[in-house]
Amino acid sequence: MRLWSPFLLLLMLAQPARSGEITVAAAADLTFCMPQIDAAFQKANPGAVVKVSFGSSGNFFSQIRSGAPFDVFLSADSQYPHDLAKDGLADTPITYAEGRLVLWTMDAGLELSHGLSALRDPAIKHIAIANPDHAPYGRAAKAALEHEHLWDELKPKFVFGENIAQTAQFVQTGNAGAGLVAMSLVVAQPPERAGHFYEIPGDAYPPLEQAAALTGVGRGKPFARAYLEFLKSNTARQILRQFGFHEPAPLTQTGTP
Amino acid sequence: MTFPPDFWQDLWLTVRLAFISTLLLLVIGIPVAQWLVRGKGRIPLIAEAMLTLPIVLPPTVIGFYLLAIFAPHTLPGALWARVFGQPLAFSFPGLVVGSVIYSLPFAIQPFRAGLAGVSRELIDVARISGASPLDTFWHVTLPLARNGIAAGAVLSFAHTLGEFGVVLMLGGSIPGKTKVVSITLYDEVQKMNYSSAHACSAILLVLAFILIFTVTLLQRRCPAE
Repeated sequence: MRLWSPFLLLLMLAQPARSGEITVAAAADLTFCMPQIDAAFQKANPGAVVKVSFGSSGNFFSQIRSGAPFDVFLSADSQYPHDLAKDGLADTPITYAEGRLVLWTMDAGLELSHGLSALRDPAIKHIAIANPDHAPYGRAAKAALEHEHLWDELKPKFVFGENIAQTAQFVQTGNAGAGLVAMSLVVAQPPERAGHFYEIPGDAYPPLEQAAALTGVGRGKPFARAYLEFLKSNTARQILRQFGFHEPAPLTQTGTP
Repeated sequence: MTFPPDFWQDLWLTVRLAFISTLLLLVIGIPVAQWLVRGKGRIPLIAEAMLTLPIVLPPTVIGFYLLAIFAPHTLPGALWARVFGQPLAFSFPGLVVGSVIYSLPFAIQPFRAGLAGVSRELIDVARISGASPLDTFWHVTLPLARNGIAAGAVLSFAHTLGEFGVVLMLGGSIPGKTKVVSITLYDEVQKMNYSSAHACSAILLVLAFILIFTVTLLQRRCPAE
């Protein structure tokens, strides 16, 4: 038994690095569409294995700056990838999608057709938004509420999700009466948990341009490069559309915003 | 060193949460610990294992169950909202419940050790001299177990200061209501305000050291002198 233990330890420490494996850091609004994108990518690129981590874009930005071993970074905004590129930590980003913001509730009795003013309803005790200090959807939510002059009035009702997926979870569990979340998280829900939603008009907030970049770590990996190319393909675009994303503006190779 | 805006409000909220949770843990924990010490049979054993669970349980498990069980459309959630006038999630009382569960073993284990160290003979003497069981417990057992009880209280307080996962899941980061210092620190790191993150961390580090030093002192003094 004692003889075995060093081997056991080695076995547990050893991380078999498969040659075709790439690691992707993906923004939380991609939670439901990534499995389909990855499956399509792996089908088109035999031998490739995609490992995805989900989280807030700001968190991944800090982690990649500190040397986190992600090969590809799919942000929910375009600023973070561009900042990484500026510091030489990533290649020039591409814009792969544009996120859409929706007002979402599980409360069948809440009338949403007049938009954000529905949040004035006293029955809504808590309104979930992503933290506007570091989450792209939080910034969009704040802009939209300010656009309707509701930000200050509704401030006492806000609860802040750490990322957009947690914000959606606050709404879905009914702990928050309504929330401003990513359409991609709402359209992926099974019917019995879908509630109902209202899309915030695009002119109420700055566009949620989402950019992706190959990181310094991923530069040497052909599959990581292929993954970024794949994001521009019709197959990937179609999956993203299905999950409620808009096509990015025609030019995919964007400059610094 | 720059502090984040409203840092002192967040720190005060954290201290209030730790203080109230510790008081509740004293009230709940001492009788339970006494029962664990004196109880016979298998039930106290099972109970002790269950009460010790939060040591190894990820805080996210506690946060998730509380969110699910006390969601407004469930029966416990509706009862809670009726009593407290607001749902459990995103409220200070909700954080208190989370903290009490999360710190339970950190109170009960030292309480139990302190109470178990009280000599059986002293208790018998008090009982033979005519003191009621409650009197004996209050005037003999408790004073003799005071180091263990104090250690448990300080440890619970310290543990609640360091709470993060439960609050992250339940809190919603509302300034003055649920945004405790560990969350402030997390938000500042995400905003890349590293200098205010350093300030938060330094304060938490110093507080934690003082508290743990106190626990060490209390435990050095033999529980059954």
